Amino acid sequence: MSYLAYHAKSTPTGLRKILFLNWPLVLLLATVASVGFLMLYSVAGGDFAPWVEPQLKRFLLGLGVMLFVALIPIWFWRNVSVVAYLGSFALLLAVEFFGTVGMGAQRWIDVGFMRLQPSELMKVTLVMLLAAYYDWLPQERTSRPFWILMPVAMILIPTALVLKQPDLGTSILLMASGGGVMFLAGVHWAYFAAVISAGVGLVAAVFQSRGTEWQLIKDYQFRRIDTFLDPSQDPLGAGYHITQSKIALGSGGWSGRGFMQGTQSRLNFLPEKHTDFIFTTLAEEFGFIGGVTLLTLYMLIIVFCVAAAIATKDRFSSLVTMGIALTFFLFFAVNMSMVMGLAPVVGVPLPMVSYGGSAMLVLMAAFGLVQSANIHRPR
Amino acid sequence: MKRNPKEQDGSGRVFARRALLLGGAQLAFAGGLAMRMRFLQVDQADQFRLLAEENRIKFQLLAPARGEIFDRNGLILARNTPSYRINIVPEDAGDVEKVIRDLSLLIDLDSDDLERARTEMRRNRNAPFRPITLADQIQWEDISKVAVNAPALPGISTEIGLLRSYPMMDSLAHVVGYVGPVSDYDLSQIEDPEPILKEPRFQIGKVGFEAKSEGVLRGKAGTKQVEVNAAGRVMRELSRREGTAGADMQLTLNADLQTYVQARLGRESASAVVIDCENGDLAAICSSPSFDPNLFVRGISVADYRILTEDPYRPLANKSVQGIYPPGSTFKMVVAMAALEAGLIGTEDTVWCPGHLEVAGRRFHCWKRAGHGHVDLNGSLKGSCDVYYYDLAVKVGIDKISDMAKRFGIGVRHDIPMSAVAAGLAPNKEWKQRVHQQDWRVGDTVNASIGQGYMLASPMQLAVMSARLATGRAVTPRLIKSLDGVEQPSGAGDSLGFNENNLRVVRRGMYSVSNERRGTGYRNRIVADGIRMAGKTGTSQVRNITAAERAAGVIRNEDLPWERRDHALFVCFAPYDKPKYAVSVVVEHGGGGSKAAAPIARDVLLQALYDGTPPLDAYPKSDRSLIQAQQERLTREIRQARAAGSDQA
Repeated sequence: MSYLAYHAKSTPTGLRKILFLNWPLVLLLATVASVGFLMLYSVAGGDFAPWVEPQLKRFLLGLGVMLFVALIPIWFWRNVSVVAYLGSFALLLAVEFFGTVGMGAQRWIDVGFMRLQPSELMKVTLVMLLAAYYDWLPQERTSRPFWILMPVAMILIPTALVLKQPDLGTSILLMASGGGVMFLAGVHWAYFAAVISAGVGLVAAVFQSRGTEWQLIKDYQFRRIDTFLDPSQDPLGAGYHITQSKIALGSGGWSGRGFMQGTQSRLNFLPEKHTDFIFTTLAEEFGFIGGVTLLTLYMLIIVFCVAAAIATKDRFSSLVTMGIALTFFLFFAVNMSMVMGLAPVVGVPLPMVSYGGSAMLVLMAAFGLVQSANIHRPR
Repeated sequence: MKRNPKEQDGSGRVFARRALLLGGAQLAFAGGLAMRMRFLQVDQADQFRLLAEENRIKFQLLAPARGEIFDRNGLILARNTPSYRINIVPEDAGDVEKVIRDLSLLIDLDSDDLERARTEMRRNRNAPFRPITLADQIQWEDISKVAVNAPALPGISTEIGLLRSYPMMDSLAHVVGYVGPVSDYDLSQIEDPEPILKEPRFQIGKVGFEAKSEGVLRGKAGTKQVEVNAAGRVMRELSRREGTAGADMQLTLNADLQTYVQARLGRESASAVVIDCENGDLAAICSSPSFDPNLFVRGISVADYRILTEDPYRPLANKSVQGIYPPGSTFKMVVAMAALEAGLIGTEDTVWCPGHLEVAGRRFHCWKRAGHGHVDLNGSLKGSCDVYYYDLAVKVGIDKISDMAKRFGIGVRHDIPMSAVAAGLAPNKEWKQRVHQQDWRVGDTVNASIGQGYMLASPMQLAVMSARLATGRAVTPRLIKSLDGVEQPSGAGDSLGFNENNLRVVRRGMYSVSNERRGTGYRNRIVADGIRMAGKTGTSQVRNITAAERAAGVIRNEDLPWERRDHALFVCFAPYDKPKYAVSVVVEHGGGGSKAAAPIARDVLLQALYDGTPPLDAYPKSDRSLIQAQQERLTREIRQARAAGSDQA
């Protein structure tokens, strides 16, 4: 029984709940998804069939999922956090054994109608579990070493599995969002200082390990880092992604070449133009203005989430909302940094815009949690 | 029991603080991203846009049509003939092997070509939209068959290119030369080569006129801008700028005469030059044996090339301008002019020729062992008395002779657009000191007086010398009649400033050679009135006569191996009173000039003067039946060659 259960009387019931949805957030998500449809249409050379149609179907399905999750009280979701976490952990283990290898990584299980990426699911369930943990944990124990070890294990075990797939991008995202929730929960800042310095040490160790027997990351990951640091050393090979991406982006200029006028993506100079690198098409066709507009839309989603998180009096709701906002932020921040040549190419999609099934569905479900927290917040 | 932690222990304030901190950090990061976007898209936009265009737009070069070459009468010597090629686009063909099978039912496909095409297809597997050539230089009939059956041959397309062809075959090979693919060596020789030169099928002039006039004939390449995708597939044409075709050129040559001369030289290792005395136009400039330049355009086979290079008669050499020979007795007019102009002899002065002359303790022989007796200038030319010129040369000295030779164009490089035009050599004291670090000796002068020793001239220089003797003007050879329709300056030349009387005496001597009994060229004279010729024989030694040989007596040329026999020379001009053409003939190792070179020179001169087959009554009666047989044979040969030439073109 949580605090919310006492105040359940004051939360809306039945279909009235729909009125209490955070409608600006829904609108923002739909707008961002529409930007995605527009870009997928352009990238396909003015064709709905290859990408827009499936993406649209998935978005509508996602809206349904979001609504479904939103209508179920937030305390139910808090109570099933552990189960959800364990479930996605089991799936993560499953891909180890019978997952499909794609793009040099074991990432998905084909479940018939779509390819399920358990690592996507894990991003949300980890946030849920940590929020539930800190909701349960008395405040005074938050910074005690033993009670810190627990969430650290919750974060690191799935992260290790994802890293083994290997999916460096998602493992970084998992660690960052998990750490973010711990930070929000009030863990003493000294721990973070320690972890960050340890991280720097680890990076140094990774580079030290290169070429030795105990090499910590794969050669292709090293190469990606190399080409990130100096794309020009291999412009047609590994550096091709970054170089071409920057060319497409930069050639957009202030206002872009115009819708469907982007030459670089249409002529296939851009790799993965409809997935991870879709932002370059947007930036080429709509220029700086278009890029900043999308960035603003994204930030508005974050701002609404932060506001909702601060407004709600329920600790689980606050932590989940903030955690999901952080995950969402990490998605687009890493993706944009990557295409702008600020980060190595780690294979993180642009949320709600890139073509891809499970990422969008999981995100919509996550925003369902945010909506549920909003509907069922104590009033 | 759970409490509301936020209200009970102030964790709400901690959360709000940290949420705002994290939100702020996120905003700041987003701001950073926006700044980066601004940097890339606004500050560096121009640079990236340029890179994007480079990505997207490829320039393709359009080969210009090469200028064509005509003779003075408008007969075509080098032309561009359409050449058909059959290409296959594997992507469109589907089952490539089936299409090739179907195609081979229609036309003959070369198995080597097919093998090459298959290899190329394997290599281009990632770009199946690239056309691959299955067969090149296809006949029009075969192309029509393919075109008619196009619907049954998916992916097959035909392409027309231009191929250089030389319809005159071997009769103009040395003058016009040939084109061939650009080699790495060619590129290394050209400073800042035009991009078109690097196109795989582009051809440039390799030798002869084609090479020398490359700049004019080539024209300017056009360009085509196309949009390509990342795989290199051409998506569309953006713009096209046609190039300019190379300029057409008209040569001074008379292709009919040239063909005749080439046929007349036959399989001899010989050369002949016909120059127009009035304006310096080269009417014919032949070197024999010759070769078919078309072989080179299509890529000559190793076997064919070996035949050409290993032939001791050196068919690839252009002997008329590259070959330099001791001019022998044909040089005597120059020595006579040097003496006359210096005022050292009178025309009536005689020299006693006992068959030899002692100079500086050495005995120099006359070709006529018995001697000529008393000879004057006219007699010295007519009988080609060597002793007369030994005597003269000692009086005149080498420097005056050398100067005179240069005024007649020997030892001077005539600038005509052909490969490796030789300057020859008119030596003097300074030259020998400079090159051999030796003093000039009087014996050298004696040798030079009869065109031996260091003295060297090309057949073209001998023709120029004859024209200058005939006119008294500095006639300069001219090969280009008009360039792109613009008439080129005449080579008539200004007066050389000789005393007309001196010239007349020398010409008179040459007249005697060809028209008076006991003249060395009398046997090969022209009897038609008004076109009498004046000539001079020459026989130049290739070897030094050894003491042993001298002791054994004169060895007949016929008894020597070919490469050690004397060169036979003859220079002449006609008509004697009003010179029109000057001719020089050199037959390598031909023996005596009067026997080997003079008949050719006479026939060529007549052919030029009549602009076609001359009437038999221009020949002395005794020769007519032989000449008639020869004319018939040559006419037949030329007709056959012409037919072959138009077939292959």
